[in-house]
Parts: sequence; structure tokens; C-alpha cells
Amino acid sequence: MKEGCPAIDFMVNGERRTVQAAPMKRLLDVLREDLLLTGTKEGCGEGECGSCSVRMNGELVNSCLVPVLQAQGASIETVEGLACDAELHPLQRAFLQCGGAQCGICTPGMLIAATHLLAKNPNPTMAEIREGLAGNLCRCTGFIKIFESVVAAAAQTRGEAHAR
Amino acid sequence: MSTHAKTRIVGASVPRKEGLDKLLGRARYVDDIELEGMWYGATVRSSVPRGFIREIRFDRNEDWNEFAVATAADIPGANQIHLIFSDQPCLADGKVNHCDEAIVLLAHPDKHRVREAVNAVQIEYEPLPAIFTMEESERQDVIVWGADNLLKSFLLQKGDVDSVWAEAAHIVKGEYRTGAQEHLYIENNGMIAAYSTEDGVTVWGSLQCPYYVHKSLLAVFDLPEGKVRVVQTETGGAFGGKEDYPSTLAAHAALLAMKSGHPVKMVYDRMEDLAATTKRHPSRVRHKTALDASGKLLAMDIEVTTDGGAYSTLSSTVLSRATLHSPGPYVCPNVRVQSRSWATNTVPYGAFRGFGAPQAIFAIERHMDEIAAAIGMDPVELRRRNFLHDGDTTATEQVMREPVILDKLLDRALAESGYLEKRARFALENQSSPVKRGMGIAAFYHGSGFTGSGERYLNSLAGVEVTAEGKVRVLVSSTEFGQGTNTILTQIAAEAIGLGYDDVEMAPPDTQIVPNSGPTVASRTSMVVGRLIERACQQLVSELKKHARLDEDFTREEFLAACERLRNAKGEVVSLVRYEPPPNVFWDDQKYRGEAYPAYAWSIHVAQVAVDTVTYAAEVEDFWSVQEVGRVLNPVLAAGQIEGGIAQGIGYALYEKVLLQNGHMANNQMTNYIMPTAEDIPPIHVVFEEIPFGYGAYGAKGIGELPHDGPAPAILNAIRDATGVRFDSIPLLPEDLFAKLGALQSIEQAATV
Amino acid sequence: MRGNANAHELIAPGSLGAVLELLANEPGKWTPIAGGTELMVAHAVGRLNAPKLVSLWNVRDLRFVDVRAESLAIGAGSTFRDLRSNPQVTADFPLLAQASTWIGAIANQNRATVGGNLVNASPAADSSPALLVYDAEVELISVRGKRRVPYFDFHTGYKKTILAPDELMLAVHLPRRFGEHRQYLRKVGTRRAMAISKVALAGTALIKSGLVSEVRVAAASLAAFPARLYNTESALLGKAVTPEVIRLARQALLAEAQPIDDIRSTAEYRRRVGANLLEEFLQQLAADGTAA
Repeated sequence: MKEGCPAIDFMVNGERRTVQAAPMKRLLDVLREDLLLTGTKEGCGEGECGSCSVRMNGELVNSCLVPVLQAQGASIETVEGLACDAELHPLQRAFLQCGGAQCGICTPGMLIAATHLLAKNPNPTMAEIREGLAGNLCRCTGFIKIFESVVAAAAQTRGEAHAR
Repeated sequence: MSTHAKTRIVGASVPRKEGLDKLLGRARYVDDIELEGMWYGATVRSSVPRGFIREIRFDRNEDWNEFAVATAADIPGANQIHLIFSDQPCLADGKVNHCDEAIVLLAHPDKHRVREAVNAVQIEYEPLPAIFTMEESERQDVIVWGADNLLKSFLLQKGDVDSVWAEAAHIVKGEYRTGAQEHLYIENNGMIAAYSTEDGVTVWGSLQCPYYVHKSLLAVFDLPEGKVRVVQTETGGAFGGKEDYPSTLAAHAALLAMKSGHPVKMVYDRMEDLAATTKRHPSRVRHKTALDASGKLLAMDIEVTTDGGAYSTLSSTVLSRATLHSPGPYVCPNVRVQSRSWATNTVPYGAFRGFGAPQAIFAIERHMDEIAAAIGMDPVELRRRNFLHDGDTTATEQVMREPVILDKLLDRALAESGYLEKRARFALENQSSPVKRGMGIAAFYHGSGFTGSGERYLNSLAGVEVTAEGKVRVLVSSTEFGQGTNTILTQIAAEAIGLGYDDVEMAPPDTQIVPNSGPTVASRTSMVVGRLIERACQQLVSELKKHARLDEDFTREEFLAACERLRNAKGEVVSLVRYEPPPNVFWDDQKYRGEAYPAYAWSIHVAQVAVDTVTYAAEVEDFWSVQEVGRVLNPVLAAGQIEGGIAQGIGYALYEKVLLQNGHMANNQMTNYIMPTAEDIPPIHVVFEEIPFGYGAYGAKGIGELPHDGPAPAILNAIRDATGVRFDSIPLLPEDLFAKLGALQSIEQAATV
Repeated sequence: MRGNANAHELIAPGSLGAVLELLANEPGKWTPIAGGTELMVAHAVGRLNAPKLVSLWNVRDLRFVDVRAESLAIGAGSTFRDLRSNPQVTADFPLLAQASTWIGAIANQNRATVGGNLVNASPAADSSPALLVYDAEVELISVRGKRRVPYFDFHTGYKKTILAPDELMLAVHLPRRFGEHRQYLRKVGTRRAMAISKVALAGTALIKSGLVSEVRVAAASLAAFPARLYNTESALLGKAVTPEVIRLARQALLAEAQPIDDIRSTAEYRRRVGANLLEEFLQQLAADGTAA
């Protein structure tokens, strides 16, 4: 714990966490350095690539552009919180099956952006998928397999909901 | 020879081997690793493109006792980055030859302090004249490298081009240019190093070729082989950009580890990575082509020129591949390729997916459309009349022994894309629409594996072992950085032995554990290394049958039991094999004649492009890629390679511009170096035709680089089709389209003055 | 990451009043930060010249969209997601809703605020052209009180505004009187998303008896700040949109635009594409005229 830094309380992946950090420290760095949640990646540091995407109070944000003070009291979701115990999130399953991840560095952010997209819109059109993921740069896949993964996950999720 | 009987696992889209770790966010990239007592490194770089270093001043307000500082004087061995030649220093010593060249290294326990301290080191220079273009370099008014600025040249000759010009029905000339391109892997370059006198140097980092880094560190630290260890961490994209540069960064981190007595992490931020690391070579290719009255090629006189940057790095081999791909997939009795790579005062250009081929193929495939226009022939028909077929010879007089099915690929591509119908329809619609649409094609090959005798020199060693835990472990230095190395080599081993996918694992990419199976480059992993694994597995099974009582047909349990018998007898269960070239392969390095590549992958690209005459922006609306890459080992991964390569090729053609100012990349931020987003990439339709290659793993040829070769010419050909205007250089930005198209719509020229 | 978090103070007083007190007590010493999409980028590259920052994020009095009889009041702390998903904005001010979708991508729209976009005063600001052609007023607040100013008077130079050191932008007011207007908006960026505009143009026009009775044209990246193109408007006002009038309006735009060459584009390209966008708008007006 650092002297002189305020304590910041928030929920991360459903768990209450408290850190002492400089208020201008990026949420990204707090996640990676203070909480050792290194699934969230830094690609550009300027909100351009989306590798650091997390959800804050249910909204997709670039954690590199969030001073941690602004996350005070917030609920944060990162890639580490997607799978439930041993059960993969439908998007994780779909990415695995459809080849949505290659080098994997954009994958955590991409998964979070896709999760956000499907949370807001369970049946997105291709145009909506493209818009929903436009802030997440992938240099490996050409995005096509990522789109296919999102379509597959959406179909699966709707199917599961229907089955219930 | 491989057998091509029915396979169980090869050819199936099994999920990526390390996929789960990546999807759960637990894959460990270099920046995710923290070591006990670790310090952080930073680099003081040159701010001038060329000059003598007169003084290095350390600001007195900084307490330098807290820092580790390294300069060229601290290098225990040779101050050089070992690649093909050794002209590039590890740290500039007395002189700099490009902006952003490393001069001083700093390390500190606090990563912010070390960043700030970079600004507290002042370098005083005596500037020297600098040059920034290949034209300035070839003029040789200012010599910045060697005796003449010439990094490398090749002359390839077949027949006698000069005997043809007089009798030719048509002679068509053209000049084509390509710009630099940044890899833009999403994970920046990064390395952690540790040093001790007992163990020597260990580095962990984001890299493609552990043994390149290994060899380079041996020289910099003057250590015996056992005292350098290189471990690849999960690598977040590479594309050739982590082929040569990691050797430099590893040496830097290791020097700081040596000086500080602590492990040191150096991870570049995006601005530093963009400014200081390699890019694709800019090129200029001139074609002079003779044809007979029927449109058959008679002579191709080609001049390939590349800008190599300040040091030679891999420019010679990139130039070689550009040379060999410059005549395209066509038959021509008389060919001359004169190629040269020139030094300039920019960051050295290096390896990038395609390795010279995209530049050369851009030129020939753009040129084919210009020839077609000049002689009044349909561009598809012109290509068809000149395609290589089985039995034909290439420019290096290599006989095409394997089937060549360009006609079939072309037919398929035309049919899938609706090329003919769309061309006709767009021609009509364009008359009244502000958006002009067009269709363009490109036909090309990509040589798999190292050029010429390269694979023989590499003499790769790879294999498998069976662990005490009952897993088959693949032993290769071939690395995973997204392309699927782990998955396909696992598939090959499982297939070859007769085990399940989960029975096979990859050995850690650590030079203390894996043999040197060569670098992970040149579309060689599936074909060359995969074949080594296939052979090693066959060798293991046959040894088990001979010496460990394994029956002809066996179950998994019987196999593992036999392995235990062998282990008890020999102490280990390992099978390693060395590269063996296919028979009857001949290559003359001097004359550039013979079997340039053991195999070729073939492809036809079709682009549908829309040019908006309001904004002068060209967008790719739809894209088709038909290719023959031998046996497809994993269809989902293979299609992913094709799609990703095409996306990068679209960026190369229409979006990505490296803006140099005084030799420094001025747009070194992701917000200013523009790669296509999810909204910019069109649907991509991928079709494979499979003809198994006799000397690749289960018939595989190379695949990774091929798809980057075709998009740029296909797109610019489509723009020509759409607008009737030729564009001969990339990147082709809206501003460049405006320069030509805007002039045509000159309704208010008077008003603008 | 080149900035050092320890070198900056950041506080979040929570209420608008407390923020204004702070600004009043030490005018010019505090830099307000809302969604961070601009300042945190500067921070990352080590160019954040702001030792003391005060957070406006989650200040409730700044984040609202109020529908009033004559106008729509948008709190300066409203994010672009707030705007694009607001039915009243979409219905009455479609150009603003459309411009809101241009901001970076979803993650940026969730954080970037309309006040931040305007106060940052980039010549390329995405929301500005739409606000200019809707006759927006900006409401500024300090402990001294409130003032309302036409938005077209807000920018005074490159990255300069009339905002006093102790002031915040409180709201943007849009008169609800553009329902009958023909409206146009187009951005030309470096790519389809995550793009900074090379040029963007907005237009609103009211056609009465075949003549242009009201017209507003505004552009981003055609001058040192987002601005109305008054000479271009003059060339149209009171006229029927004929090919000759379109030609004259283009000429007016080409003459009054003052774009620059920079890392993203060229002045000449911006000028000509600006004129092309204007022509596209006017062709639509002309076509509507013939249809009616």
C-alpha cells in the first residue's frame, strides 16, 4: 500500500477490492499491477486499439483512459471474469471453435467488447457487430473469424435462452 | 514421400492448442511477467539521422547512482547485431546512422523514473549529410554505407531480352512503387533479461526466432553456447517484425541486466516501437515487357530497387525474394531481373510477411493490367495466355514438376466472384453514379521455405520425445505467434504416431530444451518443420517396433508401454531428424539459376472496389481468394491466415502510410498510422484447392505469407477498372486519388487560385 | 506509458458546486477532466500539462437531457452514448445523433462527453458541425453565475475558446425548430471508425416556394476551429438551388475555407472535398425541390 494515495474501492469481477493508488493511475495499470489481473492488455495506451477494454458499470470502456479515481465505487468486468468456474462463456467457446483468436493479444479486449455488444443486443446484424467491435483492433484475423465467433455465440445464447 | 491416405486429425479444424489460455486471459505475454527484484529499462535514442556523437551528457540534477547505465563501451563482446552481415551496432558508438538509433541504455527499479531519466541524457552531435530515398542513395552523391551505398544486388538472366525488342509486336513499360509498412502487431516488442557470471545470459521475450536471438547474444556477450538461453514468451503478433529486431532488444535488456545485477524488463510503448523498429522495405520496380501479336510474353526486363535503411539487416534476402517473385506466375523465354537494395538514413527495413514478394507482385500484377490496356486485351485473357503450367520453366529455369493449376484457380475465382457479370454491370452503373465500382484480379505464387539453398544451409533439427508422464512432446524452435504452429505441429505428430490431439504437447520454446529447427519465417513451418516432425514420429514408431516390441497395429496404451520399455533400455525416448532436401534439387547461388523454392503456393485474388468521387476514397466492398497451398492441415486456421493476410494487404494498399520526417516516423501513434478496423474490412471469401505436395508434412506447402501478396495489385486494378485511371503506387490514400481524379473534375480550378 | 500518475493530483469533489468553488478559488490551476478520452491520451504520451485535475465524471448536474417546449437542453457531461441513444435527440436533431456515432468507437462514446468535445476545441471536433447548423447555444457556469452564448461565438482561435478559467460548460441548448429543415451531415475520416475527420460538413436549410429561406452550413477541419461558412450561406440564401447557384456556393466555400496541411491530410484535399460535400448537400436540396 502506498503512502499518501487514497484508497479506492470497487468491485472487480464480482469481488470487492480496495487498492491504494495515485488517483491518476490508469485503471489498466491498477488491474495489471495492483490486482495482478494481467488478462487486460495494453496495445497503444491511447484508446485506439481496445486491447484494454473492460466494462465499467456495464459500459464498455478503454481502461487505459480511465483514471482509477473515476472507477471508485464502480463494478468492473475483465476477461478473467467471463468464465464461470470451469464453464466457458459462450463467446469463449465460439472463439475457440471458430478461430476467433490467433496471437491472442487483442482477444481479452475483443471478448469484452463482444460481451458488451451481445448484452445490449442479443441478435446483432453484421453491421452492428462491425460497429460494436470497431474500437478493437486485431492484426491477425482480418476480423472475419471474430465476426463468425460472435454470430455463433449469439445464436448459441439465443438457443439456450429458447431451450429454457 | 508422405503418404496422402485418409487422415484423422490432419485436415480437421481442431481448436488452437493454446487457445484456452488466450481466451481465459491467462496466457503470459512478456509484459505480464514480473520477476523478483526486477528493474525496468529504457533507451536514449538519436535525434538526428546521421552524425558523429560528440558528447553524451548526463544531467547533474539526476542521481545517476540509482541507475544502471550502458553504452557501447560496456559491451563485453562484439558491438554488432548478428544477422547476415554484422554492420549494425548493438549500441551506436561514436556515430549514428538513423534517427531513433539506440545510444545509451538506462535501468532503474521504478519504471517512471527511468522514462523520465531518458530526457536527462543529452547527446551532442556533429551532423553529417543524410539521405532518405533510394533515389538519393543510388545517385551516390552522399555515401552513407560501404563504398557505394549498395547493400546488395542480384542479376537474374534467362535467354536474351535484348534480342527481342526489335521484333516485338508490343513493348510496354511501367514503374511501380510501394511504401513502407508497419507490422502493427498489437503487442509491442518486449524482453526480460537476467545475467549472472555462472549462468550467463537468459532472455524471455516476444520473438519469432529463438536461435537468431541466441546467436546474436553469443556475439555481443562473447559467451559459449551453453551460457545463453533464449525463451519465447507468448507472442502477440509478429508478421516478420519480431524476426530480427528482438536480437537487438534482447542484447539491450541483457546489457542492463549485466550492469544492474537485476533482471531487467524492457517493453516498448507504441510510440517507441513504431519509431525505432523495422518496417517493410519501400520499393520501386520498373518493367519493360515485349509481347508478340497474340499477347504472349517475349521478354521481361525488370529492375527491382528497394530502400534498405541504415543497415543491411535482412535486405539481401528480402531483395532475393523480390527478385525471384518479380516475373510473376508467367512463362517467358527471355527474362532479366536486375535488383538492388540501397542504404538510406532511416531505421533499417526488415522482414515483413511476404518478404519482398508483395512489392514485386504489386509491380508485375499492376503491370499486367497496363499491358492488357496497352494492347487492347482483356486482363484476364492476357494472364491466361501466359500462365505457367506443369513442365514449364520459370525465370530461374526451374521446371515446374508439380501440377500447376492456375487456370482452374482463375476459373473458380471468376465464378465465385461473379467477375464478368459484375464488370459489365458496374461499367453501366458507373456512368450515372458518383460511386464508381470496379473489379480487379491478381495472380501470383509464393515460394515456400527458404530461397535456393537456404534450407540446406539451415540444416534444421527437430523431433519429438515422449515424457515420463506419457505425453508426446514436439521439440522445435518454431514458435507460435498466432499463425498456428502449436496446433498444426501437434496435429502432425498425433497423426503420424496414431495418437489423439491431446496426447501431444509442445515443448516450451526454450533454447535449453528445443533444438534449432530454424527460424519461424518464410512460410516454412508447415512444409519444412512439419515434415521433420512427421519423419521424426515415423522414425520413433519404427524404432519402437524394432527395439521395443511395438506391434504393427497398436493402441495408445501399447504405444506408451513400448515407450516405457525403450526408456528403460535407453534412458530416454527421443527422435530427432535433420532436414533433407527433396531429390533432384539444384540451385546455383552465383547465377541465380535452378530450383528457387522447393514448392510454390498459388493464388488468385479478386477485389471489388468502390471509389467515391465525392471523397476520393476507395473502399474494398468484397474480396475473393482462391488458392492452392498443398494439403490444408487445419481449415479454420488456414482460412484465418488467408483472411488476416488479406486484411493486412488491404491496409498496405489503401490505408497504411509511414510518414518520415527527416528520417523519423512522424505518425508514430496508432491514431495516426491507420490500419483497417472491423468496419473497413470487407467480407472475404476463401476457397482452397488442394494438391498434396510430396515433400511437405502430409502434403502441406507454405501458406502464411501468400495472402499478403495479392490484395494491393487486385485493389489497384479494380480502381483502374472503376475509374479508367491508372494508379501505380501504394499506399493509395484518398489524397493520392484526389491528385489525379480531382484534376479530371476541374470545374472550379479558377476559384481555388 | 510516458506520463507519471504520481506527478498529477486528481480529485473528485462530486458536486457541481464544489467543482465551481475549486475553480473560483484557484482560477486556471485546475484542469477539469470528464471521460478522459482526450486528456488521458495526452497523459499516456507524456504531454499532459496539468498538475491538478478535477473530475467531472459522474457529476449529476452535468449529465442530463431535458426536453423543454422550445428547446432541448443537453448537459455538458452527457456522453455521446447518452445522445445517440436518446429518442428526443434522434427525433429532433438527427445530425447530432449521427455525429455521436462518429466518436471513436463504442468505448469512446461511453466516456467522451459533449462538453469535453467542445471545450477541447479541436478543429476536427465531431459534434461541432451539427451543433453549429442547429444554432446551438452553450451555457457556461461559474460561481459568478451563468451565461448563454451562441455556439458559433464559442471558439476564438485554434484550441481557444471564450471559456474563463473559473468556468465550466454547463449545457448545450438546441432550439427545436429544425423539423422542417432539410439536413445534411457527412464526415470524411481516415477510416470508417476510430477516425479523426479530415473534413466534415453539416447543413440545414429551409426551402420555401422553391427558394432557400434559411440556411446554415458548418464544417470541421476547414479552419482553425469548427465554424459556420457564412459566405457560402450568403451565396444560397434567397436563391433557388440551380446548377449555377451550386457552382457559386462551391466557389464561396473554396474561397472561405482555410484548411491546413497536416499529418492526416492536405489543405487542397480538404478544401475540394469540403466543396464536394456541399455540392452533395445542395444536389439533395435540388432533388427534393423537384420532387416537391
